[in-house]
Amino acid sequence: MIIANSLPNGFVVFLTAENGWAHDIDKGVIAESDAEADAMLRTAKQAEHDCAVVDPNLITVEIVDGQPCPTEYREYIRATGPSVPTPS
Amino acid sequence: MYRYDEFDTRLVQERVEQFRRQTGRRLNGEMDEDQFLPLRLMNGVYLQLHAYMLRINVPYGAMCSRQIRQLAHIARTYDKGYGHFTTRQNIQFNWIQLKDVPDAQGDLAEVEMHCIQSSGNCIRNTTSDQYAGVAKDEIEDPRVYCEIIRQWSTLHPEFSYLPRKFKIAVTGSPNDRAAIALHDIGLRMHRNKNGEPGFEVLVGGGQGRTPFVAKTIRDWLPPEHLLSYLEAILRVYNMDGRRDNKWKARIKILVHQTGLEEFRRLVDTEWEQIRDSVLKLPQAEIDRINAYFAPPDYEKLDDAGEAVAAWRADNADFDAWVRVNVADHKTPGYAIVNISLKSPNQPPGDMTAAQMDAFANLADEYSFGELRVNHRQNLVLADVEQLRLWELWEKLRALDLATPNIGHVSDMIVCPGLDYCSLANARSIPIAQEINERFSDMDRAHDIGELTINISGCMNACGHHHVGHIGILGVDKRGKEFYQFTLGGSSDQAASLGDRTGPGFPADKAVDAVETILNTYIEIRKDGERFLDTYRRMGMAPFKEALYGTF
Repeated sequence: MIIANSLPNGFVVFLTAENGWAHDIDKGVIAESDAEADAMLRTAKQAEHDCAVVDPNLITVEIVDGQPCPTEYREYIRATGPSVPTPS
Repeated sequence: MYRYDEFDTRLVQERVEQFRRQTGRRLNGEMDEDQFLPLRLMNGVYLQLHAYMLRINVPYGAMCSRQIRQLAHIARTYDKGYGHFTTRQNIQFNWIQLKDVPDAQGDLAEVEMHCIQSSGNCIRNTTSDQYAGVAKDEIEDPRVYCEIIRQWSTLHPEFSYLPRKFKIAVTGSPNDRAAIALHDIGLRMHRNKNGEPGFEVLVGGGQGRTPFVAKTIRDWLPPEHLLSYLEAILRVYNMDGRRDNKWKARIKILVHQTGLEEFRRLVDTEWEQIRDSVLKLPQAEIDRINAYFAPPDYEKLDDAGEAVAAWRADNADFDAWVRVNVADHKTPGYAIVNISLKSPNQPPGDMTAAQMDAFANLADEYSFGELRVNHRQNLVLADVEQLRLWELWEKLRALDLATPNIGHVSDMIVCPGLDYCSLANARSIPIAQEINERFSDMDRAHDIGELTINISGCMNACGHHHVGHIGILGVDKRGKEFYQFTLGGSSDQAASLGDRTGPGFPADKAVDAVETILNTYIEIRKDGERFLDTYRRMGMAPFKEALYGTF
C-alpha cells in the first residue's frame, strides 16, 4: 500500500484504487505485484509533485480479520494513530 | 515578566504574515516540500508521524495567565484539545493543520508568543531555572540574562544557518535545576574571589547519539561581556563546525575533536576582536531588562510554618504533597509550588485545554498571574502564600494536578516516542504509563525516594535518558521494540552520563527491569542514601547481577 500525509492537514492517507486518497486504511489499494507497486508509487510521487500529499511511501501489509494491517509496527502506529489515548 | 516593546511586536507580527504567505504558496503549489521545509522549520512546524506539529517557544519557561489561556484556545480551536510541554520548556501541539498554522501564530502574537527559532539550525529557546527569582540559593535572577540572550539571538543574521541547532541554558544558583551541563553552552552564575557575580561558561554539552557533559571554557565571565563571549563561541562553531555529517555537526563534536585548550584559544582569539565592541553590555541595559523581572508586590508575611504543619499533621495526602511538591521561597510567608504533569491518567507533560484554563485562573488567584514550565515537563507556581497552600492543593486535586511525585519514580521525563514522532524507533509513553501504574502506591514511591527516570524513544535522546538516574532508551531490534537501560546519569551540578547495564529488554519486560533495579537499590542502600548515591558507591555490579540473573 501507499501511505502518505495529506499536505493541507498532515493527516495520514492511503492511495485508493481510483488514485485518490483516503484516511481509512481499508479504503486503500493493495498492490498484488512489484509492477503494481511501482505504478502506485509513481502515482503517489505525482500526487506529491501536485501538492496533494507529502512523503509517500510503500509499506507492506497483511490481511488481518479482513483488514489490511501494516506488518511493521512503526507503520502500524502511523496507520492507526497513537497507541495511547489522547488526553481529553 | 518581560513585555514586548514596539520592535518585538512588529517583528513577530511581520513574521506571522510572512509565514502566512509562504504557507499559501506551498498550498497552492508554488513551492515544493524541499523548498518549504526550511521555511516551516524556522517557524516551528514539523511533520510528524500522524500530522503536523507546532512548537511554540516559552522563553525560559515563563508564562503569564493570559498566555496559557491563549494556548488553551489554540488547543481547542486548531488541535485536539491538549498540548505537550517539552524538556526545553516549550509547548507543542501534535495535530495542527498546516492551513491553520498562520492563524494560530497570529493568535500567539496577540499574547506576545511565537514559534520563531523553535526548530532549525539556529539558536533555540534559552532555558533556565524554574525557580528563577524566588530561589533561596540564587545569586542573581537568570531570566534577565536569558532575555538579553533572547534579544541578541532572535533573527541573528550570522547565526541563522549554523551547522546544527544550538541550545543555551542559564542558572543563577549553585544548585543546577536547568541541566546546564547538557547544553551547547551552559552559564552558571557564581561569585569570583572579590565577591563579584559572573558566569562560569560551559561548552560542548549535549545528549543524542554521542553524549558529552559540557566542559568549563571560562571560570568567570563578567556579565558585561556575556554577549561578546557567546558571539565568539558561536563564530568559532559557525566557521569550524562540521557541515558534512549531521551526526557530527553539534558543537560538542567540535570541542571534542579540537580539544578544549585549542577551542578556548580559538574563542579567545575571536573574543579579543569583539569584546569591547557594541556587544559589550552597558549596566543601564542590564538594569533596564532587570526591571521587567522585579519581584511582585509581596505582602509582608511571617513564616506560616506552624499553620502548615498543623494541616500536614491532619492530612497525610496534604503532608505528602507539601513534602514532595512544595519548595522553599526566598520571601518569608511564601512557597514555591511544583505541579506534576505526571498523573497516571495522561501522558507525561500533556495538559488539556480545560486544565490550562483552570490553571490560568489558579495562577491569577495564587501566584500573581504567572507560571513557569520546567525542563522536567512540570509546571510551577512560584509565589504562593504559605497560608493558602491548603486551598490551592484542594483545587489542584480537583484538576488532577496534585500528584505528589515531584522528583520521584513516576515523575519521568518522557519524549513523545513512536506514538507521535517520525524519528522514534520505539514508544516511550506506554512504558512511562506502565511504570506510573506499577509504582502508583505513593508510600512505596516515597520510600524509594529521590529518583529520575528518563525515557527516550530513539538515540536523539529528547527524553534525556543519558542523564536519568535510570535511563531507558527504546530501540528497534529486528522489528520489535526493545529497551536498553543506563544507570547513574544526572543532570544537576554534578552531571554525569549513565552507564549501560547490558542487553536491552523486550517491551513486556522493561518495567520488570525497573522494579528489579529499584528492589536491588532498596536491598543495598544505606540510611538516607538516594538511588544515585547508592549507584555511585556500589557501581553497576549488583544491578547487573540482579537484572541478568533474573531474566
